[in-house]
Amino acid sequence: MADTPAKGAASARPLSPHLQIYRPAITMIMSIMHRVTGAALYFGTLILVVWLAAAASSPAAFDTMQWLLGTIVGQLVLFGYTWALFNHMLGGIRHFIWDTGAMLEKATTTRLAWLTLVGSLGLTFLVWVVGYIVWL
Amino acid sequence: MNMRTPLSRVRGLGSAGEGTGHFWLQRLTGIANLLLTIGFVSFVLASLGASHEQFTAQFSNPFTTALLILFITSGVVHMRLGMQVIIEDYVHEEGAKLACLIANTFFCVAVALVGVLSVIQLAVGG
Repeated sequence: MADTPAKGAASARPLSPHLQIYRPAITMIMSIMHRVTGAALYFGTLILVVWLAAAASSPAAFDTMQWLLGTIVGQLVLFGYTWALFNHMLGGIRHFIWDTGAMLEKATTTRLAWLTLVGSLGLTFLVWVVGYIVWL
Repeated sequence: MNMRTPLSRVRGLGSAGEGTGHFWLQRLTGIANLLLTIGFVSFVLASLGASHEQFTAQFSNPFTTALLILFITSGVVHMRLGMQVIIEDYVHEEGAKLACLIANTFFCVAVALVGVLSVIQLAVGG
């Protein structure tokens, strides 16, 4: 391999195309969203832990957290967290199905992707409706 | 002295040397999270607008305590593996990658420990 460039040297050969060259497809968007929601849930665990730690610390700390999560901003964050949770959960179920080798046909993956999106929004709204009934 | 051939040492383990361990643990905790999330969402719904007294009273039920500890631990193992893949995909410089992977583990251990200890403290009423 005489013409192989040294490690780290710039190569004139074309690189394989990345995300920005493709026309967005729902399967691709939901794949990206699976990773994005996973990362969001990663940092979202901080809310859960601070909430539990506040409850373990003192009634005053817990009341502050309950108030904070009940503000408009707090509710928006929790709404986003709920959607991220269900989107990642349904996306995970999709991966479990694919792990068995089933439902990998093009038309089926497209339908599954839409189902993940619609299902996650549906579950989020359902939980929030129940939540408001419990809360109010 | 290791008499095994290089091939026999990596066979079944791949270049990362850990075989399907990562993949399997990610699926295992994924299945656990799927079931535990249902319980966790119910717990959060029951805690909406709760006073401190009402909230802590829920921990007199050992199933609630167990549910939360399992949800935190399974969730943290799952998210550590997931973040590891994200880091390996996007951080290519060796030093920065190593730093990110270490920070990932530190963050996950801290989240798990504070979460689990808080739940235990609530359960024993300390």
